[in-house]
Amino acid sequence: MKRTHTGTALAAGLTLLAQSATAEGNLNVYNFGLYTPPELLEKFSQEYDVEVTLTDFVANEEAIARIQAGGHGMDVIIVSGYFIPAYVDQGLLMESNPAGMENFHNIADQWKSIPTDPERKFTVPWVWGTTGVMVNRKVYDGDINTAAIFLDPPEELKGSINIVPSMNDMIDMTLSYIGAEPCTTDRESLSKARDLLLSAKENWASVDYPSFEKFINEDLSASVFWSGAAARVRGLNDGFAYGWPKDGYMKWMDNLAILADATNVENAKLFQNFVMQPENAALISNYTMYNNAITGSEAFMDPELISAPELAVPEELQGAAIEQTLCAPEAQDLYTRIWTELTR
Amino acid sequence: MPRNPTAAANESAVMRAETRRRWSLALPALTVITLCSILPLGVMVAYSFMEAGQYGNVQWGFSLEGWRAVFLDRDFFDDSYIPATAHLTILARSILLALATTALTFVFGIPTAWFIATRPPATRAYWMFLITVPFWTNLLVRTIAIQEVIRADGTLNRLLLATGLIDEPLQMMFTNGAVLVGMTYVYLPLMVLPVYAAIEKFDFRLAEAAYDLHASRLYCLRRVVLPLMWPGIVAGSILVFIPALGAYVTPRLMGGGRAMMWGNLIDLQFGQGRNWPLGAALSITLTLVVVGAMVWYARRAAKGAETNG
Repeated sequence: MKRTHTGTALAAGLTLLAQSATAEGNLNVYNFGLYTPPELLEKFSQEYDVEVTLTDFVANEEAIARIQAGGHGMDVIIVSGYFIPAYVDQGLLMESNPAGMENFHNIADQWKSIPTDPERKFTVPWVWGTTGVMVNRKVYDGDINTAAIFLDPPEELKGSINIVPSMNDMIDMTLSYIGAEPCTTDRESLSKARDLLLSAKENWASVDYPSFEKFINEDLSASVFWSGAAARVRGLNDGFAYGWPKDGYMKWMDNLAILADATNVENAKLFQNFVMQPENAALISNYTMYNNAITGSEAFMDPELISAPELAVPEELQGAAIEQTLCAPEAQDLYTRIWTELTR
Repeated sequence: MPRNPTAAANESAVMRAETRRRWSLALPALTVITLCSILPLGVMVAYSFMEAGQYGNVQWGFSLEGWRAVFLDRDFFDDSYIPATAHLTILARSILLALATTALTFVFGIPTAWFIATRPPATRAYWMFLITVPFWTNLLVRTIAIQEVIRADGTLNRLLLATGLIDEPLQMMFTNGAVLVGMTYVYLPLMVLPVYAAIEKFDFRLAEAAYDLHASRLYCLRRVVLPLMWPGIVAGSILVFIPALGAYVTPRLMGGGRAMMWGNLIDLQFGQGRNWPLGAALSITLTLVVVGAMVWYARRAAKGAETNG
């Protein structure tokens, strides 16, 4: 009995060895956690006979630190749109020229060019989404398309609001709420934003990336939240609805790029082209619950996802979107000082 | 004894060989200490004196900006230097929390250790096993487990509601008390283990002798038991205090992130703040505070030993 087990294990091991020996090569993917559908990697691996390895990170800042240090062994990486200049300016990305790739025509027109990669010389779209507010309608049924939900909250919500510790998003939305520009260095506006945040703080329960349980169990009634995550929460507790502050909400896109020192360049290029295929982009959307930028992917997406209200920004609110931007060091320093003051 | 030059030469050769042998035996330890302790610390010191890179990291060039920002903030409008009171508040909070954690682990740890050490030897291992089991679990998992107990809809509130002691669930999460409960739970084994080791070695005949000499129970505890347990208590306190001072995960999860600890401040500078020199300077400041406290304690202990001896 035992012998057969060993035999099977050996055989399985040998097959694995044989597979990796005949595989066309490797591809090392570096992405945010829970952001890469396993089916996508499996499919790519089978289609091109490539062994794919996935490594997770938590934040753009963490990822770039590892890439800068070198010896990371990664081939492709997901970079948030606003963070692309940090990579490009330091020569960390390869000019793979996705615009010339076979599947490029699948990208929806509005995403064929993004401010930080206008000619799509480096990146292809992964998913995009918005950062707005999520409110339990059973607790508060007034207007939720406003940042007042967390900056000047209604009585019902006080004490059970969460804001996320994404410093730049929070301060950008606050600046926008008072009519100032994100990444401004105007001290008057910044101090106004700081005072507003400081006075709002007493109404917050936490400054946290909360687990979904906190909403499902209704420990929290409102939060600054992401569109896709809000759709997920609504699926588990239908009291929650998602709003886009008319005074400004964040709109962001994460993108797939090839690293300048990638070792499996050909596979990396294949992968960039691969994710622009509608059925593959749909896999990513179904898994992450965020919109992709590929036309024709709707045919392969989960019906609930297509009809999810969180993913469809209402026409009249589309103009209120704030593009996430990377602030210059001076503004960033002022942001950090405000944040330190806020959470001291 | 006649002089014997050959023997002397031999002797010094033997001594040299001995020295070499000692050095080569110490080499692995020295390598580990250099690689894992001195080198990283050196990197941190170097970073703290460099310029912040535009996108995080550091760039070449000497700068005192990192250290300046630890102690001095700039006025929001006219950029004049003002004391960095926010940092002081955060440091004070971290120290208070670490002290409170140490005190609480002491209060709960001593009776626990005493209980275990006074069990029959056969069952002691079993009790020790129970103490160490949570320690094999990831810190994050343990913190989330304790969250589950004290949250609004959690075990504790349900129990209290069921017994009729309260009518409405108590809001315990995201308070300083919650952080303290979490930290005490997480660091308790670090207090119990060394104290247990000290009590286990305690010779109970000494206590009997004290009673024979008409010592009261309290007097016996104060003059006989405690002094012998003292090294264990000190070791336990240091083991709890130091990691508690730099604690990051537990305060963040239990406290809800509204108030930073020193560890969160360091994280902010290395992460979103993109100010590595300040982050490095803050880290070294924490190390210096800890070393300062240790030196102060060692001096005091030495003085105490002198006057006693």
